[in-house]
Amino acid sequence: MSRDNQSLNNPDRRDFLKVSLGLALTSTGGVSVMSLAAAEASGVLNAYVQINADGRITIYAPNPEVGQGVNTSLPMIVAEELDANWDEVVCEAAPIAQHYGMQFAGGSLSTPMRWDELRKVGATARAMLVQAAAQEWGVPQDTLSTRSSMVLHAPTGRATHYKNLVSRASLLAVPTDGTVALKTPDQYQLLGNRVVNASAEHIATGQPIFGIDAKTPGMVYASFVKCPAIGGVAKSANLDEIKALPGIIDAFLIEGTPGPYNFDIRESYATQSGVAIVAKDTWSTFKARASLDVDWDLSAASKDNTQDIEAQALKALADGKVEEEIERVGDVDDAFANAAITADATYSTDFVSHAQLEPQGVLVSAATDKVEVWTSSQTPVFITANLAKLLNVSPKTITVHQVRGGGGFGRRLSNEYVFEAALISRKVGAPVKLQWKREDDMAFDYFRAPTYYRLQGAVAQDGQLTGWKNLLAAASADGKKANYGASYRPFDFPGKVIKNVSVEQSFVPSQTPTGAWRAPISNVYAFAEQSFIAELAHAAGQDHETFLLNAIGHQGHIQEDDPASLNTTRAHAVIRAATRAAGWGRELQEGRGLGLAFFLSHAGHIAEVAEVSVEGKSITVHDVWIAADVGQVINQSGLENQLQGSVIDGLSTLAAQSISVVNGAVVESNFDTYPLLRMPQSPRVHVDVLNSGYSPTGAGEPALPPLAPAVCNAVFNACGQRIRSLPISKEGFTIV
Amino acid sequence: MANIKINGKDHSLEGLDPTMPLLWALRDHAGIQGVKYGCGVGQCGACTVWLDGIATRSCLLPVGALDGQTVTTIEGLATKALHPVQRAWIEHDVAQCGYCQAGQIMSAAALLEKNPSPTDDEIDHAMKGNICRCGTYVRIKSAIKTASASMVASALFYDATQTEETPV
Repeated sequence: MSRDNQSLNNPDRRDFLKVSLGLALTSTGGVSVMSLAAAEASGVLNAYVQINADGRITIYAPNPEVGQGVNTSLPMIVAEELDANWDEVVCEAAPIAQHYGMQFAGGSLSTPMRWDELRKVGATARAMLVQAAAQEWGVPQDTLSTRSSMVLHAPTGRATHYKNLVSRASLLAVPTDGTVALKTPDQYQLLGNRVVNASAEHIATGQPIFGIDAKTPGMVYASFVKCPAIGGVAKSANLDEIKALPGIIDAFLIEGTPGPYNFDIRESYATQSGVAIVAKDTWSTFKARASLDVDWDLSAASKDNTQDIEAQALKALADGKVEEEIERVGDVDDAFANAAITADATYSTDFVSHAQLEPQGVLVSAATDKVEVWTSSQTPVFITANLAKLLNVSPKTITVHQVRGGGGFGRRLSNEYVFEAALISRKVGAPVKLQWKREDDMAFDYFRAPTYYRLQGAVAQDGQLTGWKNLLAAASADGKKANYGASYRPFDFPGKVIKNVSVEQSFVPSQTPTGAWRAPISNVYAFAEQSFIAELAHAAGQDHETFLLNAIGHQGHIQEDDPASLNTTRAHAVIRAATRAAGWGRELQEGRGLGLAFFLSHAGHIAEVAEVSVEGKSITVHDVWIAADVGQVINQSGLENQLQGSVIDGLSTLAAQSISVVNGAVVESNFDTYPLLRMPQSPRVHVDVLNSGYSPTGAGEPALPPLAPAVCNAVFNACGQRIRSLPISKEGFTIV
Repeated sequence: MANIKINGKDHSLEGLDPTMPLLWALRDHAGIQGVKYGCGVGQCGACTVWLDGIATRSCLLPVGALDGQTVTTIEGLATKALHPVQRAWIEHDVAQCGYCQAGQIMSAAALLEKNPSPTDDEIDHAMKGNICRCGTYVRIKSAIKTASASMVASALFYDATQTEETPV
């Protein structure tokens, strides 16, 4: 996120900004006052707020919207400091432009990365409007206040709407960064309220607002057929036969880029090889695929078999094979030698697909020198430079429009489908709407990596957890470095909390592409860690909650300058809140159990308690209680929705989602073989948000990791069976 | 294959491949895009429309099988005002990504048109064909209950006004 601070003091730039304002005034009837104000605030030309002549205040959300609610929550931050009347605010997606900085949606970062910037934007605009009113009325600024898009002068009872002050405000010198005061949380009027998503009515009435709905004149439709064995190359195909089919405009091979396909979202413009089918409508492309016969060169294709990967990984763990040390603290051997109780257990998780409900698709017009892209990408910021390289054009000729995405979960971080569509559009000479089938989406994902952990714990005579060993077997394309998401990153717990810790790994060969899947690493590691903590508590004859709280300890904020680091006070608070809400320790009928888990990821401290009943191998999840501390709450409704949804997603994934690979090709193809949770299986979800006053974090990810261990711990407490492998269907369990 | 009525307007299916699912005829040829593609095999329900008032997966329905039927999509659900189900969806702030919600709303509205006061089990049964990948089931269920209460209340109000106006 480098910013061009030199532009601050560049007089030419200031002139340019004022000219821009003048143009905005004549062409829209409103004034982009913030293009000037925010330019000063952030050091670059910025345009977040437009106050229109009719009083509507348009606030642009810079980051992509894929269901996490930033189209509403980011404008709320501006509106709070601006004292805008939310009923007059129109939320819009910002264009993709350099001056908006890092326009991406990942790592639950949209909110924290924009928190300071957007507050300054709102506060600076407000300050300029106040100054304009002071001039107009000839009164001191400090006698003025603002509320609900109005500037008020209490001594005289005067009041005027912002819309009447914009012309004068836009002529003012912009306050320099740091001179405008931001509100303190006790002054917030809007933040923390329940606000209905800005697109709720569009969604409920079926407006064409998604990526799949994008249209442009002259558009044709395309399907792209890749080799089932990932990385195979199309040598030839019955193209003449395909071209003769009804509705087909063209069919051709695309050479593609050799694999393996690493998860490189910033630099890569790789595409897999395949056959493009272009037609007058989507159905014609889908139907033609049934007649397509491709001769694939499999020499460079993946030879992966998930059964082999799993067998090799479990053998490496059983053998104690170590190729690399990741973390070492204290003296682990000593801790185990002096332990009163030790435990040793191996946990594993399978490949899983993102399965966002809108399959990948994009509209790209690359037929002429003016390239346009309409995409639901989570990383639109990285498209322009890579597309320019792929097409050998200047980045200046490329315009990227961000369009709402039907779910992301990390799948839309990579842009290979954009590059596919661009190549097809260029070849066919028309704008191309590329639509992946669900089967394409499931077969050619950057999957959540399979993971294998052997955990060992040592509990001392006094009952305290004193030693922790974690040996991983990590999928690796080159045998030297773990594939994305297959390894481990040192978390504050246990590394900075337990006195003696070692984390080591070995590698297992795998060519299957992997990438970021909602709460990467945390989502699988939390299952192993928090299940194993419960195992240790049980082995030590202790109450799980007590053992967990003691293991976390009382160090406070581990790294004061890092809001994402563990704060044991916050951890204790959410654990106690969740167990209190769930009635931890209460009498349960036979076959019922409560299970607890805590995890910190993406700066969110989250505890969850699940209540289940087990009959044979059928598990009913009745209730889940979440206690969440994600710092300052922006939109209470949006936050609760993300927390509830994370529980459902976690349950959906642990139930029966597994991607298997045979000879390099993915076996599962659609929701009949890769089931998603349905309403009858859904538990009640109770949310308790602890508004701790810390800086806000995003809520898209942190509530997911604790769900699987909470449920599996509950299953153990209900029936005594310990689940150590996900999905639970592998051990014959189902969620009913 | 001849004509169908979509959201109250006559549409000709002339010239379309009879094997084309209604989903793609609506999206690519009739310009009706509220209906969504999620799976193409009748598993997810994102493509749910009403066929003669019955919630139907449009991804599995070839246009060649249609003649004279009435199709209602999310765009045609509201008549003078939003349907109570749509209002409840907004009030409960149900959607996250929103991609499945047109299908969810069409299934929920079809349920309530037949059974204005469904039990929890009846809601589960009616909605189990619609997947929400974002996991908004908790809110969908609440919204259906709100819509149900609203529809029952307005039906009672309607009955009451009818009674008043009818001389005994």
